[in-house]
Amino acid sequence: MLKLNVNGRVREADVEPEMPLLWVLRDHLNLTGAKYGCGIGVCGACTVLVDGAAVRACAVTAAEAAGKRIVTIEGLSEKGLHRVQQAWIEHEVPQCGYCQTGMILSAVALLEKKPKPTDADIDAAMTNLCRCGTYGRVRAAIHALAAQKA
Amino acid sequence: MSTKLSRRDFLKVSAAVGGGLALEFSFPWLARAAAVRATEVNAWIVIHADDRVVIRIARSEMGQGTFTALAQLVAEELDCDWARVSAEFASPNEHIRRNRVWGSMSTGGSMGVRSSQDYVRRAGAAARELLVAAAAARWQVPAAECAADKGVVTHKPSGRTLRYGELAAAAAKLAPPKEVKLREPKDWKIAGKPLHRLDIPDKVLGKPVFGVDVALPGLLHASIAQCPVFGGSVKQVDAAEALKLRGVKKIVRVKDFVAVVADSWWRADEALKKLKVEWDEAGHGGVDSAAIAAMLREGLAAADLPQARNLGDTPATLAGAAKVIEAEYASPYLNHATLEPQTCTAWFKSGGTLEVWTSTQDGEASLRMAAETAGLPPEKVEVHKMMLGGGFGRRGAPQDFVRQGVLIAKALPGVPVKLMWSREEDMQHGFYRPASIVRMKAGLDAKGNLVAIHTKIACPSILKMLMPHALGGNAIDFTAVRFFSDLCYAVPNQRVEYAMRNGHVPVGFWRAPGQQNGFYRECFIDELAHAAGRDPVDYRLAMLPAGDKNRLVLEAVAKAANWGSLLPAGVHRGVAVADGFGSYTAMVAEVSVNAEGALKVHRIVVAIDSGHVVNPDTCAAQAESNVIYGLGSILYQENTVKNGRIAETNFRNFRLPQIAEMPKVETVLVPTGGFWGGHGEPAILPLAPAVCNALFAATGKRIRTLPLKHHDLRKA
Repeated sequence: MLKLNVNGRVREADVEPEMPLLWVLRDHLNLTGAKYGCGIGVCGACTVLVDGAAVRACAVTAAEAAGKRIVTIEGLSEKGLHRVQQAWIEHEVPQCGYCQTGMILSAVALLEKKPKPTDADIDAAMTNLCRCGTYGRVRAAIHALAAQKA
Repeated sequence: MSTKLSRRDFLKVSAAVGGGLALEFSFPWLARAAAVRATEVNAWIVIHADDRVVIRIARSEMGQGTFTALAQLVAEELDCDWARVSAEFASPNEHIRRNRVWGSMSTGGSMGVRSSQDYVRRAGAAARELLVAAAAARWQVPAAECAADKGVVTHKPSGRTLRYGELAAAAAKLAPPKEVKLREPKDWKIAGKPLHRLDIPDKVLGKPVFGVDVALPGLLHASIAQCPVFGGSVKQVDAAEALKLRGVKKIVRVKDFVAVVADSWWRADEALKKLKVEWDEAGHGGVDSAAIAAMLREGLAAADLPQARNLGDTPATLAGAAKVIEAEYASPYLNHATLEPQTCTAWFKSGGTLEVWTSTQDGEASLRMAAETAGLPPEKVEVHKMMLGGGFGRRGAPQDFVRQGVLIAKALPGVPVKLMWSREEDMQHGFYRPASIVRMKAGLDAKGNLVAIHTKIACPSILKMLMPHALGGNAIDFTAVRFFSDLCYAVPNQRVEYAMRNGHVPVGFWRAPGQQNGFYRECFIDELAHAAGRDPVDYRLAMLPAGDKNRLVLEAVAKAANWGSLLPAGVHRGVAVADGFGSYTAMVAEVSVNAEGALKVHRIVVAIDSGHVVNPDTCAAQAESNVIYGLGSILYQENTVKNGRIAETNFRNFRLPQIAEMPKVETVLVPTGGFWGGHGEPAILPLAPAVCNALFAATGKRIRTLPLKHHDLRKA
């Protein structure tokens, strides 16, 4: 049994150590907020937070994730909406929405590290791929969050 | 009415009366609480006793906002309280059983709003009249003395009020009105406003709304391998190694694919990689992109091609023209690459029924495909429509994923199985935007005016592939010839010839089918303007008569972009116009090219006349979406053919633009009323030509093939 710290709880999963974290979350822990998009760590639809950093869950094994603090979109906020989720609603960011859970978690990690990111910071950190074209609103929402009073 | 509703486990029919149905919703999590009563006032509208209004949506939601826009149109006429409105998908099974009560479920061609706005508004207006009539009957007053607003009916003389929740059950028993009057768009209070989309909160919370998110007791997962060469089949499978792997439950072999079913998708996919499959490549294993180009060129050279348009005397005018300009343009195949791969969950149940969950652009087409594949009558099949992780035309007509999902689950009766394609499978088994080659020959008079244009188009036929019944008798596929066969410019002599050359690569409706012709035409017009020494906007305006809506959007975009004004050093403009999908669109692109030859698109200004606008914010979002979707195809994307298969396999070799590449997009909505146009596709039409025309202004290089990654854009 592999033990994982997911969303503040210890979860057990009977999985191979080499199974990517994404599939432990989706198929064994029924946390489907992280999406499969490419399986090769490029698109970022599977982004989760591991010890506070935005990580491609398809490119991390279950064994590597063990002992670390994993946060998925389902565990982002204890109650109600996280302020990034709130901003995403206010700016009508998602279109199809498939990439957006990963996009939101990347934004959470970015703002945690750099509360007032520049456009260049956003370009460097927000490497998640969106096929629908939400990039302009992602940028606007992040800037609006940075302008909020702490 | 004998309609049986089986689509919600918690939904129980308690009574069926009059023109509507009174339903009793018993929620399992409210087991001991009093049942909340909800009434179907008509097929589109369910009103709860606590005044919540549920609006049924027949079209699909893939990010384009139809789910909300259609609800706005119903709510507008219903005069309910928007804060109490939610939406749900209409059930395809119920649709079949109720004589297709929700009209079309097909979601494509930017048709969602424009082709159903009339009947959904009528449904809202009819329900409002029933609610008013029910209130008037209760008060025993004339209905004319009553008015509805925000979910409350008021008797004006006495000031008495009744809420919709109190009236719905009585309203549903009344006969629906034969005629209703629809509100003028200028008087809209809910429609026409930039209201928040109803589907967004669940999406930011990561709720399981997509096809790939389906969770069911005992669910198994499947990964699939289809013959990498299109049209091929399975010859032999050695599954010995795969069957040894943990969690593997079954290998399903069908004529054209093999699938592994396991207790997690990763385990299924790992086992799939261990299968030794021998394929019969159906003789296509030697086809490559060069062979496809040769096939198209043979078409261009063929004699007596069918004509899609023939006006005036094109050959004679060209022969006598002061100047003749010729150009050849081409485009590659392109995959939709929806971020959510194709998926279908199917479950053959013990009672001889089948349930399907899928991300589909047409719930009814999914149901018919499932029923046909299962060998069941459609009434025995239910399709649960999930939110789509992108559609762009991939998930409409083909329904290949539903066929596969049903065939796999059929091998495991009683067990729900979720099929999801790997990215590699998705990239190599698309229904691609057709590759095409087009030759244009234009005759200019002594003043440079365009007096004749002869266009030859060689292109595979989408209709032949997916909708052969819609193909005209003269073998003209309108999606292959549009923008030439319906040229918006006043040119007295026009001939358009079409060479249908199909090949073995499946083609399909890729966002704005036929849009490659927009690229060819609008870049070629730019070549002509340049040859005539005229301004590209003026040159086009001279061919668009006063009052023409193409002219109006061109003037609007030129004004909004401040065409002709000074730009920062190194930044250059390009313009293009295109009408299609019911709307009129014009665009100005501002670009620069750095010393290394890298293109930067700084700003896109787009003017769209769609007649009416139901939600201006989602219309603007669709313009932004078309810009980034199109930009990927301009900069990087192509699908090439090698050894009979698609060479690109994932996002490493089929690149998507990133956030840094997103230009500033300014959407100017100029609805002129009197017609209903779409928004899902129009803004992609002028994108490639506007960008490439700006590139010509920046570099002097004329781009006639895409993507740009093959061109050296450094200044000569």
